[in-house]
Amino acid sequence: MDRRIFGLETEFGLNYVPSDGRRLTPEDAARHLFRPVVAWGRSSNVFLNNGSRLYLDVGSHPEYATAECDQLLQLIAHDRAGEAVMLDLVEQAEEQLLEEGHEGRLFLFKNNVDSAGNSYGCHENYLIPRKIEFKRLADMLIPFLVTRQLLCGAGHLVQVQDQTKFVFSQRADHMWEGVSSATTRSRPIINTRDEPHADAEYHRRLHVIVGDSSMSETTQLLKIGATDLVLRLIESGEIYHDLRLENPIRSIRSISHEFTGQTVVRLMSGDEPTALQLQWKILELVKAFVARHGAHHDQVERVLELWERVLVAIESQDFSPIDQDIDWAIKHKLITGYAKKNDLALDSPRIAQLNLTYHDIDPNRGLFHLLRRRGLASSVLDPAMIHDAVENPPATTRAALRSKFIRAARATGRRYSTDWVHMKYEEGEGGVVLCKDPFATSNSSVDELIEVMRRPV
Amino acid sequence: MTQENFSARRETQAQALEAEQVQANTTGTSAGVDDLLDEIDSVLESNAEEFVRGFVQKGGQ
Repeated sequence: MDRRIFGLETEFGLNYVPSDGRRLTPEDAARHLFRPVVAWGRSSNVFLNNGSRLYLDVGSHPEYATAECDQLLQLIAHDRAGEAVMLDLVEQAEEQLLEEGHEGRLFLFKNNVDSAGNSYGCHENYLIPRKIEFKRLADMLIPFLVTRQLLCGAGHLVQVQDQTKFVFSQRADHMWEGVSSATTRSRPIINTRDEPHADAEYHRRLHVIVGDSSMSETTQLLKIGATDLVLRLIESGEIYHDLRLENPIRSIRSISHEFTGQTVVRLMSGDEPTALQLQWKILELVKAFVARHGAHHDQVERVLELWERVLVAIESQDFSPIDQDIDWAIKHKLITGYAKKNDLALDSPRIAQLNLTYHDIDPNRGLFHLLRRRGLASSVLDPAMIHDAVENPPATTRAALRSKFIRAARATGRRYSTDWVHMKYEEGEGGVVLCKDPFATSNSSVDELIEVMRRPV
Repeated sequence: MTQENFSARRETQAQALEAEQVQANTTGTSAGVDDLLDEIDSVLESNAEEFVRGFVQKGGQ
């Protein structure tokens, strides 16, 4: 698809650290965090003025789902806007807690694993044409997703046979299946839950739950940009080499644990390329595809350049060309530098704290943000884009309609409800509009419903 | 809290975003590296072990 709808859902880890010794359970902390949301929307599951969804998910994780986006930088801005919204809630919750006599600090981590090994996700959504045969798509996409952690893993420390190692991915050790409909008991790489939030005759929503959350905007650009390109290649129907893996789950773990990219991956064809060779192969196919069909947006060249630069860096084991751009490399430099300077082993508590605090979304104390302030981590957005995305929807998708409806409904003070496809007025004569086209930015039925809401009941 | 949104701090948020503008990169020097490590130590909670161990969630999706 030349124009694709994208969305990112990010679950945040939440921790309250008391300075007065009085702990709060995660449920209690989450309840405090969401108090302003409930006051605003009478629910802990709301759609905001910018078209996004904000809610408490399974396990009391605060979650932010971006509105429908159709451009890469726009999507990254809306994901970052989610962090700004969460920070705002943290500030209010800390003040409220203080008023109730609880002195402490709330931490929100944009990562994928806690200290007990529980995992939570960053889910990517891509609108794809219904006519694509799903099995063929999965066969072609899974080898890419299994090796994609080389490009955009968040970096992590894990214990492998009594030794603490730096690995590519947080999420890799928590995936259990290739394709299925489950999300919690047994996590698949691609989730088949088929809620397109669009006309199901033409569209399908590809739900990828294998990725690590990205702190770096540059890493995010590569993660989504490269995946979109691989999807275009698959959608084109042009044949590519059979790269189906014999055991995707065993491979995803062993690839994460081998920091050289030299993990041998057994294919169903009997071939045994390394993870790095698989990535080179896919990059080569994508570059040839782009050469044949042209770039479909203005970031394609940047994505391809980054992609290649990462593979070269892993191959040469010289990470300096990517250590301001790719989360695992930024974190690796931070951790190895700190450990060396302070003569610490990778299993020391202080290093575990660095690994965690890299993901603290607070701009003043989060280590990723500290590095960025010092010019040691790159950005791709003008901060004004993030600021704008906190308030305003993407102007080029259905989110603009949802936003218009929510603002109008709130201005009348009338009862209303929304989800991804419905806009419903719940007073007076009432009314509901179903909008199945995620690319729609105008809809006369929505305008009429807004007129109805403005009438006296 | 306004009817329009639940934000309490549009102003401070704007300031925080501006503060994110990158500062001069002085870290090429060893003084810069020391300075960076000092700043890291200054923002970390003091009890590393307790801080990390205390971060336990229920599993998510």
